[in-house]
Amino acid sequence: MGDVGRGLKGLLAAAALGLALIAGAPAEAQNKELRIYNWSDYVDPEVLDAFKKETGITVVYDTFDQMETVETKLLAGKTGYDLIVVTASFLPRHIPLGLYAPIDSAKVPNLKNAWPEIQQRLAKYDPGNKYAVNYMWGTTGIGYNVAKIKERLGNDAVIDSWSVVFDPEKLKKLSNCGVHVLDAVEEMFPAALRYLGLNPDSKNEADLNKAGDLLRKIRPHIQKFHSSEYINALANGDICLAVGYSGDILQAKKRAEEAKNKVEIAYSIPKEGALMWFDSFVIPKDAANPEAALKFIDFVNRPEMAAKNSDFIQYANGNIASKPLLSAAVRDNPGIYPPDAVMGRLYTITPFDQKSQRLVNRLWTRVKTGK
Amino acid sequence: MSARNAAARLGRLVVAVPYLWLLLFFLVPFGMVLRIALSDSATALPPYAPHFDGFSQLGEFLSGLDFENFRLLGDDELYWQSYLYSLRLAALTTLIALAIGYPLAYAMASVSRRAQGLLVVLVILPFWTSFLIRVYAWIGILRPDGLLDAALMGLGLTSEPLRLLNTEAAVLIGMVYSYLPFMVLPLFATLQKLDRSLLEAAADLGATPLKAFLTVTLPLSLPGILAGSALVFIPAVGEFVIPDLLGGPDTVMIGKVLWNEFFSNRDWPLASAVAIVLLIVLVLPLVLLQRARLARGEAA
Repeated sequence: MGDVGRGLKGLLAAAALGLALIAGAPAEAQNKELRIYNWSDYVDPEVLDAFKKETGITVVYDTFDQMETVETKLLAGKTGYDLIVVTASFLPRHIPLGLYAPIDSAKVPNLKNAWPEIQQRLAKYDPGNKYAVNYMWGTTGIGYNVAKIKERLGNDAVIDSWSVVFDPEKLKKLSNCGVHVLDAVEEMFPAALRYLGLNPDSKNEADLNKAGDLLRKIRPHIQKFHSSEYINALANGDICLAVGYSGDILQAKKRAEEAKNKVEIAYSIPKEGALMWFDSFVIPKDAANPEAALKFIDFVNRPEMAAKNSDFIQYANGNIASKPLLSAAVRDNPGIYPPDAVMGRLYTITPFDQKSQRLVNRLWTRVKTGK
Repeated sequence: MSARNAAARLGRLVVAVPYLWLLLFFLVPFGMVLRIALSDSATALPPYAPHFDGFSQLGEFLSGLDFENFRLLGDDELYWQSYLYSLRLAALTTLIALAIGYPLAYAMASVSRRAQGLLVVLVILPFWTSFLIRVYAWIGILRPDGLLDAALMGLGLTSEPLRLLNTEAAVLIGMVYSYLPFMVLPLFATLQKLDRSLLEAAADLGATPLKAFLTVTLPLSLPGILAGSALVFIPAVGEFVIPDLLGGPDTVMIGKVLWNEFFSNRDWPLASAVAIVLLIVLVLPLVLLQRARLARGEAA
């Protein structure tokens, strides 16, 4: 559908260009178009409208629901986009390949609003914050169905630790109630390592094997390994618990509230700490309209625009100046903006090298297939 | 004489078109995939380091040839087990689709011409909705306390949810449902053309309806059975959407393994090797079948 739309637009643009040439007018059309590739449900449409109104630049907005799709497009060659939102853990692999153009910070004055702590953490993936500007960030934690958890674990059960997932005896009680976990090596292994008291960023073979063993033990109680289906499953009340992304789980909560199906979803950042992730703007090296991309980055980094986006999609942004403008429901939600003590326990990881990547992939497949 | 030559030349030209088509859209992509399969995985753009860089270094390439990726497929039980599992599930899907599709096609072929048109439309009708949405709808039907559970429990047939979703049964249901039309349509086409007077003759000669079916209808509809089975079996082996949406951790089909290698693990060479082995697994039996048929034809 998106492809067809784009194809048609391309055709129209070509036709317009032809007409412009005949008329002898300068071919400005392509400077007036910005092609953005972002996660689905990840922007307030009003912000896009406001940008178009103010700058006269038409935004062609395409979405994806898996980072792997984006990466494959990037690695295969020309993507056709001017601005892409990429998850930070992919950056260290991409930047040395020269996939992105550096951000000209002189053209993005609103970068002065950037949240220093987020920038500093992001610099682990993008040294010197040269190529990526943070858009939103969040955590990978535990989402659960409040009523069902009470039913299985007792009225005073508190979900505040990874032990509910990684202790087989505890997880067993939720077994036939439905447990989903992310189908992502770089999310599940750090969490398992952290629970074992090891360095979540460890690339040591022995450590990874230990994490693999732990994951294998809890596998019989997991109904599904999937990176997006838990949103619907939680919202519909089909499952008890999911290990997932903060924003997705809060979205499930919102959907359940809107559906008025009496399903109450909650999100918890485990006390042992959780993985922090960052979705950031990058400009592909072959972008046709990098100027417009920079304008857009600057536009969404206006405090009021950043606040508007966060209020709409329920994620924390990387713009400190927007914090006072946020609605209380978002700002005071510890699942979105965790208190400082919790912030201190959040961790980040570096990417796996080729060898450890194959190792964890193998281990993970073993876990999933129960072999 | 010259006119015949011209006709022959024209004939050759006509035959050349499909061959050219096969060459362009099958052999060339196959060669590209094979080249990647013989490469090393690398952090590069694109993410592999080819061993084969054109014909000038052919000698060097042949001496340095390594089948590491293919060897890995044999060494790691995950791969051949997924192949076997996919073949098993596809075979089951084909058998069930045949068991449901044959009576269906038979009944369709037995009614009046006008009713036939309507029934064919009904079989094709689901294609008017996106395949993905139809598979998604099965999630709503099969999920605990979903439509199926509500119906069964409402009728008092079961007392608690069946928990079908994310199991092999759910995948089978989804696959049989999705591929059934591909079984019904070729069967219907063969059965419809069947000469009914043969059955009358069989009856006149004292055959019971069952015997007439087994000795007349069934052998004559064999081409339809083969075509339908191939149309169901081949795509079913590589299916990955249905097991992804309806299956659980136990339903690892080779299509999903391939997806994982390509997208999640960025291991294009290994993914290409998986694809090539899958192709061989599918094409080899077809080639053998064709050979057997040709041999039989020559013998006769």
